[in-house]
Amino acid sequence: MIDINASVMQVLLAFVVVGPLLGAVAALLPAPPGLKGKSPEQAVLRHGVTVTGAILAATIVLALGFDHDHPSKMQATTDISWIPALDVRIHLGIDGISLPLLVLTALLTFLCALYSYFKMPAGPSPKAFVALLLLLESGTLATFAVLDLLLFFLAFEMVLIPMYFLIARWGGEGRTQAAWKFILFTLLGSVVMLLGLLLIGIKAGTFDMMALATDNGRSLTTSVQVIAVLAVGLGLAVKTPMWPLHSWLPDAHTAAPTVGSVLLAGVLLKMGTYGFVRILLPIAPDGFRTFAPYLAAFAVVGIIYGSLACLALARQGAKGDLKRLIAYSSVGHMGFVLLGIATMTPTGVNGALFANIAHGLITGLLFFLVGALKDRTGTTDLDSLSLLSPGHRPSTSGSAAPNQLQTGAALYGKAPRLGGLLAFAAVASLGLPGLAGFWGEMLALFGAFRPAAGLSRPAFLTFMAIAAFGTLLTAAYLLIVVRRVCMGPVPQQAPKLADVHTYEFAAWTPLVALTVVAGLWPRALLGLTDPAVQQLLAGGTR
Amino acid sequence: MSHPAQPLAESLVQSVDWLAIAPPTAAAVVGLGVLVADLFVPDAKKAVLGWCAVAGLAVSALLLLPLLDGDRSTFCQTGDPRLCSYTADRFTLVIQFLVLGGALLAALLSVTALKDGRRRLPEGEFWFLLLSSAAGAALLPASRDLATLVVALEVASLPAFALVGIRHGDRRSSEAALKFFLSSVTATAVSLLGISFVYASTGTLYLTQIADRIQHVDGQLHTLAQTGVVLTLVGFAFKTAAVPFHFWVPDTYVGAPLPVAAYLSVVGKAVGFTGLILVTVVAFPSYSDAWGPALAALAALTMTVGNVGALRQQATRAYSAVRLLAWSSVGQAGYLLVPIAAAGYSADARKSIGSTVAYALMYAAVNLGAFAVAALVGRTRALNRVSDYRGLYASNPVTALLLAFFLLCLAGLPPGVIGLFAKVTVFSAAVDAGLGWLAVVMAVNVVIALFYYLQWTALLFRAPEGEPARHRVPAPLTAAIALTGTLGIALSGAPQLVLRFAGTGLF
Repeated sequence: MIDINASVMQVLLAFVVVGPLLGAVAALLPAPPGLKGKSPEQAVLRHGVTVTGAILAATIVLALGFDHDHPSKMQATTDISWIPALDVRIHLGIDGISLPLLVLTALLTFLCALYSYFKMPAGPSPKAFVALLLLLESGTLATFAVLDLLLFFLAFEMVLIPMYFLIARWGGEGRTQAAWKFILFTLLGSVVMLLGLLLIGIKAGTFDMMALATDNGRSLTTSVQVIAVLAVGLGLAVKTPMWPLHSWLPDAHTAAPTVGSVLLAGVLLKMGTYGFVRILLPIAPDGFRTFAPYLAAFAVVGIIYGSLACLALARQGAKGDLKRLIAYSSVGHMGFVLLGIATMTPTGVNGALFANIAHGLITGLLFFLVGALKDRTGTTDLDSLSLLSPGHRPSTSGSAAPNQLQTGAALYGKAPRLGGLLAFAAVASLGLPGLAGFWGEMLALFGAFRPAAGLSRPAFLTFMAIAAFGTLLTAAYLLIVVRRVCMGPVPQQAPKLADVHTYEFAAWTPLVALTVVAGLWPRALLGLTDPAVQQLLAGGTR
Repeated sequence: MSHPAQPLAESLVQSVDWLAIAPPTAAAVVGLGVLVADLFVPDAKKAVLGWCAVAGLAVSALLLLPLLDGDRSTFCQTGDPRLCSYTADRFTLVIQFLVLGGALLAALLSVTALKDGRRRLPEGEFWFLLLSSAAGAALLPASRDLATLVVALEVASLPAFALVGIRHGDRRSSEAALKFFLSSVTATAVSLLGISFVYASTGTLYLTQIADRIQHVDGQLHTLAQTGVVLTLVGFAFKTAAVPFHFWVPDTYVGAPLPVAAYLSVVGKAVGFTGLILVTVVAFPSYSDAWGPALAALAALTMTVGNVGALRQQATRAYSAVRLLAWSSVGQAGYLLVPIAAAGYSADARKSIGSTVAYALMYAAVNLGAFAVAALVGRTRALNRVSDYRGLYASNPVTALLLAFFLLCLAGLPPGVIGLFAKVTVFSAAVDAGLGWLAVVMAVNVVIALFYYLQWTALLFRAPEGEPARHRVPAPLTAAIALTGTLGIALSGAPQLVLRFAGTGLF
């Protein structure tokens, strides 16, 4: 949009990757005089906001300077040799596929830092919190910006330790177990992924993603591709997560602090699907074609499984945890993303990338809202939430209880803005046309309607039909959630819940606005991804 | 090894390149000097001996510098100058650097340990033993005939037995030494038997000549040669603490003074795998279809047993920190064996062992770092349990961060970038050689290992129980921790510094 010098772009991208890392180190050092603020805690939290803000600004400038007429071209590229012995190069660059994810990551991290500045999660010192948050940001941004397989693996692993500590230190109930489950599952997946990446690199003679993508799997035999896709795909599928490898996700989300959940859902899961698109599709197309029907089948099972799990959790008396419910809904949403990728068509992959971004925005917002709800009511248990209104306590009388169980938590009445936002996020999540959640899932289904040549059409048609049924289930449980949390009569003597604070508005408005914008103007995003996807599928990046 | 036809006098006078043999010689001479000086130094000034030893090790490490310009050989046969007993090529220099550097760091730890020990440890003898063992370990990578190899192995090992049992009147220490001694001597005897078989079937002790002649062994002697190869390997497998020769490790590490355990974990291992590399890759390359699978199985078994053993350590048991490091070092030995096993499968055997060397350099730096921190904590918490590390961050933030870094390097996870890439080279050696199953076993082991390393790491940052005990850090320990920390961080920024040994021929 605006013309920026190529070397400035290069520096900006390098800054985006390295900046948070330096910020993390700086966060551990004592604040310099003049920046001490009111207290050390306040100073370091402000440091976090400043650094993530600067990174966000840099990514926005990158997005503005990005040549939108050629989104399939790698831009702002840096290519320096780092470890010649392993043929590892510091190769950075962005195209239409990675740019939206980069901006999303920077935005969500900034919003999280902002939110924590006002509402620090309970736990040990904020110093470590900010350092870990910045380390996490660096790892995720690097994942989307690097173009070298081993560097990708390094970035992929970099998020594990910070996320582990964020969950284990600042999390809620059951956090230790959840954190272990998270890190062991992901590590097991990523070590297997490393083997696949090494196999690709050794057989093809290079670890450079662009060279490999241009080669389009020609220098890899089909059997090597099959093994590589299996190994790499396994690692990515754990991260995404694909059913049946998802079992770490609900626990991690339930135990994680609000910002942890937001980043986990909004950013970390995207690393898995991004890997599918960036690595497997162009580098090992033959191997991917072998597994595409299975991937699609697992994806569809994930959609149905996620929705059914959510329905079960939303049931009355199920003691369903709202955070857990959103986590399961993520399994379903990521199922659509995987289905789109498995079709191997431009339509499907574009849909997948769109759904990726939409899920990041909407689920990020949902986790923020549920976190806020928990701060106010002290619980995320759906049953206790609906029973919170005084006069509706089960202790008052046994006979009236069944009737009162029908009522909801009456968030509309007690905190109208919060209730409205929650309802908005829920309908966005169920894929209401006009909001971001709609386009991605629809395109993924379209893709499945006419999958790429070589894939069985009847199978994909079946998958499409099942996935379409999944959208109905999704709508069902989200509407139940809205009814149970937002609606219901407001008792007279009900304690007022604090409505949305200014800082919460500040953190959430961008997400709401972008959800609407992406819903009404999908071209903004599809115009970026489509040329890049077309080229990726046709054989490599330029 | 002289030919009977040659005049005796001529064959005995071999030219000696003193510069080439300077590094091990300097260590040995300083060791003797310290032992003699001990007689004349008054008790109050015994600390001087320690600093002399440290300086001696530093000097012998510095003596490697003039050798960098090219390969040198000495003690060559007068008849055939290509047959030499001592060669200072790149492989030798890298391992000598590793051994002398490791010994130097262990010596820094010992300075404090001896000072705290207050005469329970005899200083002069301690330094003499440490330096002689280091001299033997430095001689080993340079030796190119089996006799020198065994002599070097014994020079490195015998003082180590004494070092383990050096604590007078400590039953645990003596028992550990005895265990270590008996099992080690048995292994040496076995490998001597193997060497004699090899000599019987080939008629030479020079490694390169064995490599030539063993391919054309008389049909009748074939079985003898094969048995010889296997038995020779057993002795060296013992030194690397490969399963099933690992059982001495945990007790020995716990019984020995902590700096000695640190020394054994790095230098002892280096001795073992160097010998193994020399024997397999240089002497018996034609038998790779025999030792390749054997080493692969050994590697898989070693890493699994080591990591499971480490996993089973209870944090509250006495000496659990040292025990955990001991078991984890067994697991790490398994990773070190992987590229050697891969060498048996690949066309260019000498290339893949570079990965072992690179991994060993990384391991040496970070493992000694971890031991240095353990030595520090052990000063106030004599039981050295893992649970004693709880809340270390509150009292000594920098030390805690460094220990976390070391442990994550050993686990191979960022921010321990060098640990990650060292593992990547090992993995890639395995994948390159087509040892997919071994790579998968190793992958599972990496995950198991992460569990206990991360558990320990997480403990460092927990809120301390009660008043945190601030550990005062004496200067030698500071130096050791700072040195290893700097090394680890520098290598994480520029992994090429050690990884360049991977993938290039070192011989």
